[in-house]
Amino acid sequence: MKAKFPVILIIVYAAFILFSFMSGYQPGKDIGSNFLSFTLSMLKILPGAFILIGLFQVWVSRERVEKHLGEDSSIMSFLWVLLLAGTTVGGLYVAFPVAWALYEKGARLQVVLAYLGFAAICRIPMIILEASFMGIKFTMVRMFVSIPLVMISSALLGRYLAARNWEMTSPESSAGKEEGSDRWVH
Amino acid sequence: MIFYGVTAVLLLASFFSDRGKTVKALKIAWKKFSNILPVFIVMLVLVSISLYLLPHELIMDYLGEEDLLRGMGIAMLVGSMALMPGFIVFPLCGILRGQGVPYMVLSAFTTTLMMVGLITLPVEKAYFGMKTALIRNGIGFVIAVMVAVVTGLVFSEVAL
Repeated sequence: MKAKFPVILIIVYAAFILFSFMSGYQPGKDIGSNFLSFTLSMLKILPGAFILIGLFQVWVSRERVEKHLGEDSSIMSFLWVLLLAGTTVGGLYVAFPVAWALYEKGARLQVVLAYLGFAAICRIPMIILEASFMGIKFTMVRMFVSIPLVMISSALLGRYLAARNWEMTSPESSAGKEEGSDRWVH
Repeated sequence: MIFYGVTAVLLLASFFSDRGKTVKALKIAWKKFSNILPVFIVMLVLVSISLYLLPHELIMDYLGEEDLLRGMGIAMLVGSMALMPGFIVFPLCGILRGQGVPYMVLSAFTTTLMMVGLITLPVEKAYFGMKTALIRNGIGFVIAVMVAVVTGLVFSEVAL
């Protein structure tokens, strides 16, 4: 079911855009050019991001990830993912595959969730833009409040999920399953 | 771009130390990319439609709301739904600031924009499942409220 859904959606969508361009239907043409411009900006980042994920996969050993980010890792693990998040490019759509790659290599859930939170709020290029347009004070307040809250909430949510034997699944293996609610043990 | 420079250097370093591993890395990269591609396309479809229904100019009009609480509510709602790159968001917020929109409202907007992503939900769902994805986004929303309130206090826009 799940695998089929995008196919139908994409065909309907493509037909609509094509029809709009042929008949000159302006909203459809606008939507089509939005799609194109976002696709192009994503394509600038995704190949590089996935190549880095691939390199990470073959060069970084599971033991190393487990030692620094795994079950027995210290609070330092949050600092490591904060640094990793700071250098993450693009938006959250890049952070999700990275988070999965970390999890796959044995990073604990708390740390994976913290990485995602940090990737949302602490990307360095974004911070520079923010501080230059909104002022250092604005950015400082945001960071000082949100970073501890992301740490605390990730630790709590991670522990909560782990206690329920919840697991992240890769998109490839979840394609056959319906939704994701089956991962919760009731 | 620095990013591709770094990627190229690492890829070359990998290639010269172990060809087999590098080929494997590229295969993994392609497999992971092609597996998530359908979900990315769904996201792009959503982005293209939402951008039409909620263009950047309209979003900025909404944020100009006079009433502080209403302004914040609208900011958080729009921030949760929109997907805007930083190089568009912050210059626009800078202009709004110049027009007198409170820091608190702008903080609510930019923080939800960063932390709550209804548009990236299809991608998030593929890795986390819907339930956990919603919890994660809900937490992001609550954090955004706290950030905005503290911002309001620090800039003396609200008082306890």
